[in-house]
Amino acid sequence: MTDTSSQPNTAQTAAHSRPLSPHISIYNWHISMILSILHRATGVALMVGIIALVAWFWSVAYCPEAVSTFESIGSAWYGRLLLVGWTFAFFLHFGNGIRHLFWDGGKGFQLDTAWRSGVIVAGWSVLSTALLWFILLA
Amino acid sequence: MTSSNKSIRNPLGKVRGLGSAKDGTHHWWMQRVTAVALIPLSLWMLYSLLSLTQNGADYVRYWLESPAHALFLILFLGVSIYHGKLGLQVVIEDYVHTHLSKTIALLLNTYGSAVLFIMALLAVLELHFA
Repeated sequence: MTDTSSQPNTAQTAAHSRPLSPHISIYNWHISMILSILHRATGVALMVGIIALVAWFWSVAYCPEAVSTFESIGSAWYGRLLLVGWTFAFFLHFGNGIRHLFWDGGKGFQLDTAWRSGVIVAGWSVLSTALLWFILLA
Repeated sequence: MTSSNKSIRNPLGKVRGLGSAKDGTHHWWMQRVTAVALIPLSLWMLYSLLSLTQNGADYVRYWLESPAHALFLILFLGVSIYHGKLGLQVVIEDYVHTHLSKTIALLLNTYGSAVLFIMALLAVLELHFA
């Protein structure tokens, strides 16, 4: 987008060569930033999961010969990894989504509260994923 | 963004006096409405998937004979696809900057979500009535 080599004498380059204030690079990492990024990433991952879920229901309904493909992928190690990833993505997006709903209501913006709710969401996602798969595989 | 390159009028000057679009909070609000609905719906889906995925296709057909299961499955898929469509829209708007590719990506998101929901609806109804 930005072309630093050209002369800033046209309207176009003038519009693009204005200085930007530094943003991401000047902040220390903290839990709300990590959870914000993960909330987005897990949201996208869950949409892929919904597509897979619909494809699975579709195959059960209309192409029974494809069901075995889903079953073999689901029991293979990479399929299991996907399923574990989706359950983790679900628990994180679910927990952090509720955290966001509290924020939408104007609650939980105090620095220590926001930090604590972030730690709770992170702990909840890891523990519930571990517990779920412990029960499933035990 | 790019449309202002050849004009000396600034963006504020161009929109001043046009009035509001009247639906500025609609996207934000619907994302919250669907989020609240998904709290019970997604927990129910997760709970149901635990038995559905472990018992195979015949059990899925048997499970979907129940009108309540069919209703809540359509509700979950509809609301989650809508919620996901709104979320992906923001991701596209944030990261795709050229006007043409952004427009194409937003259209594909809208059309794709609609197709996905209709596929979900057809599959669930077929399994329910079959």
